[in-house]
Amino acid sequence: MSKAKPPSKQTLLALYQGMLRIRRTEEQLALSFQAGLIPGACHTYVGEEAIATGVCAHLRDDDAVFSTHRGHGHAIAKGVPVREVIAELFGRATGCSRGRGGSMHLFKPEVGMMGTSGIVGPCILQAAGAGYSFKLLKSDRVGVAFFGDGAVSNGAFHEGLTMAARWQLPCLFVCENNQFATEIPFDVATGNPEVANRGVAYNIAAVAVDGNDVLAVHAAAADAVSRARAGEGPTLLECKTYRTRAHAEGMRATGYRTQEAIDSWKAKDPITRLAQHLAELGDSATTPGELDGELDGELNGIEEEVRNQVREALEFAESSPWPDPATLMDHVFSEEVAGA
Amino acid sequence: MRELTYAEATLEALSEEMAIDPTIFVVGEGIGARGGNFNTTTGLHALYGDMRLRDTGIYERGFTGMCAGAAMTGSRPLVDYMFLDFGLDAMGEILNQIAKIQYMSGGRLKMPIVLRGCIGLGGANATHHSGNYFSYFVNHPGLHVALPTTPADAKGLLKSAIRSDDPVLFLEHKSLLKTVGPVPEGEEHIVPFGKAALRTQGDDVTVVALTAMVQKCVDVSDTLVPKGVSIEVIDPRTVAPLDMETILTSVHKTGRLLIVDESFGPCGMGAEIAARVTEEAFPVLKAAIKRVNGAHVPMPYSAPLEAAAIPQVDQIETAVRNLLSE
Repeated sequence: MSKAKPPSKQTLLALYQGMLRIRRTEEQLALSFQAGLIPGACHTYVGEEAIATGVCAHLRDDDAVFSTHRGHGHAIAKGVPVREVIAELFGRATGCSRGRGGSMHLFKPEVGMMGTSGIVGPCILQAAGAGYSFKLLKSDRVGVAFFGDGAVSNGAFHEGLTMAARWQLPCLFVCENNQFATEIPFDVATGNPEVANRGVAYNIAAVAVDGNDVLAVHAAAADAVSRARAGEGPTLLECKTYRTRAHAEGMRATGYRTQEAIDSWKAKDPITRLAQHLAELGDSATTPGELDGELDGELNGIEEEVRNQVREALEFAESSPWPDPATLMDHVFSEEVAGA
Repeated sequence: MRELTYAEATLEALSEEMAIDPTIFVVGEGIGARGGNFNTTTGLHALYGDMRLRDTGIYERGFTGMCAGAAMTGSRPLVDYMFLDFGLDAMGEILNQIAKIQYMSGGRLKMPIVLRGCIGLGGANATHHSGNYFSYFVNHPGLHVALPTTPADAKGLLKSAIRSDDPVLFLEHKSLLKTVGPVPEGEEHIVPFGKAALRTQGDDVTVVALTAMVQKCVDVSDTLVPKGVSIEVIDPRTVAPLDMETILTSVHKTGRLLIVDESFGPCGMGAEIAARVTEEAFPVLKAAIKRVNGAHVPMPYSAPLEAAAIPQVDQIETAVRNLLSE
């Protein structure tokens, strides 16, 4: 059981807003992809928003997050402005990676977003490296890796957890077990389709939670982050979840799984569940009617604020300049670039 | 000037830099109390302890990727592969991550990491302890590649590598580790990247030689001078960046170019240098550019096979004579 206190209503509303911001951004990106505005790949995080939101709620700007190909949610939860994410996917100069990255290379170290990645696995090693740096520098910062079940059978998982456990690095390894690596089910890829029970092999603290329950993720991450900050070592956090859209936009959502399975997970939608939880909190209060009305208004206000933010971000991206081809060679190396 | 071995010179460089900068740490197999298989870290563990001299298990990909993350977050790792052959397990981390992250991040991140390891043919090391590999890294954007050949350069180039905010492959030919030469004392002996050294001066043939081939070419020069032939032996010292200016200046003088490189010929440094000289100095060439390379074969173990795979002094001399006869 988590040692963390139950979150305040203010925290719950912040989590709600955080998840909704990711959801509405992803929905917009899917539309923009269909409209041909995103020339490259686009892997959405729809259905998994509770994980990035619940974990990043405990992180500071100087904590380092290393992410995967399904990384828009991590970037937004870590504080990359939505406008810079959309602009990057549109290939604009104002994108967070100046148009050099796209969906799978979102960077903003100013807020601790150390990159999404097109290669599965290295984020685990890099998070261990951030933990190594922070331990060497005697800082209480934390390195966090987000990765899917597809990374778990990769050598990087084995090597990263080996290092982090042996050297007691301040790290959090968050496995988003959405049960499919592209279209390959986890239990086809491995003889052990559980992730957290692998922790024993590395002598690392490990816990499995319902990844569609933001409160469960939030509580487990609170423990893991505070232990890491206190120098008590790394944690493997398995969040069981599901992506309700295709692996990537433009690909099929079924054929390797049933519509019924997708629908059953949509019924466990993390955003709806948090709204229900908030309503139940209101029911248990002394003046439920009053609080309910207040809650509806608050949630509607959040919805409107998020939609405005995404709309403004879209307009920003659409009106942003393209990168100047004359800057093609800038940033290959660290030296100052012309005009920068 | 006092003399040191090549290995002592790199140890002095690392020791000086670690004393200056507490964010530098070293990882590798046996680089802790053991001091490194090639004495690359002798005595440093006693000074700096486990966090800065980190012994690892045998998982090159893992500790390379780990160091990439460390370099992105405020420290300056040095990865010691012992034999660079072992580092091939980490190629994905090196090429896809370390080399690309500065660019992918639009310049928001730096990648101050040194990847060092021994290269080179010979010594009955056989094929898993013998590769040269450096052209792989030159082919890829985002990496610097240093090939020091003297103790003084070994010290000065390693200091440049450690101080660089870019990733650097620092590759040491095994046959050079025990060679002795003068090495300047003090922290500020720095050899910059992209500046070749003339090992001999000459008018008849320009010879670009890499790593252990430099000394062989100087030996050829010594035998040719009494016979009235002078060759200009250029040691690029770093192949990424490559000092084309020095090579072109020499080719303008001699009109003839030979590239001597122990590593494989196809898509190698010789092919690259020949192409660039042809593009930029074709009118001054008096003969076709020639290459001498190690045999394009997995490195054999047995002495006669090994000798046949490595460029020898007589082969180099013959190549020079053939160039002059054209």
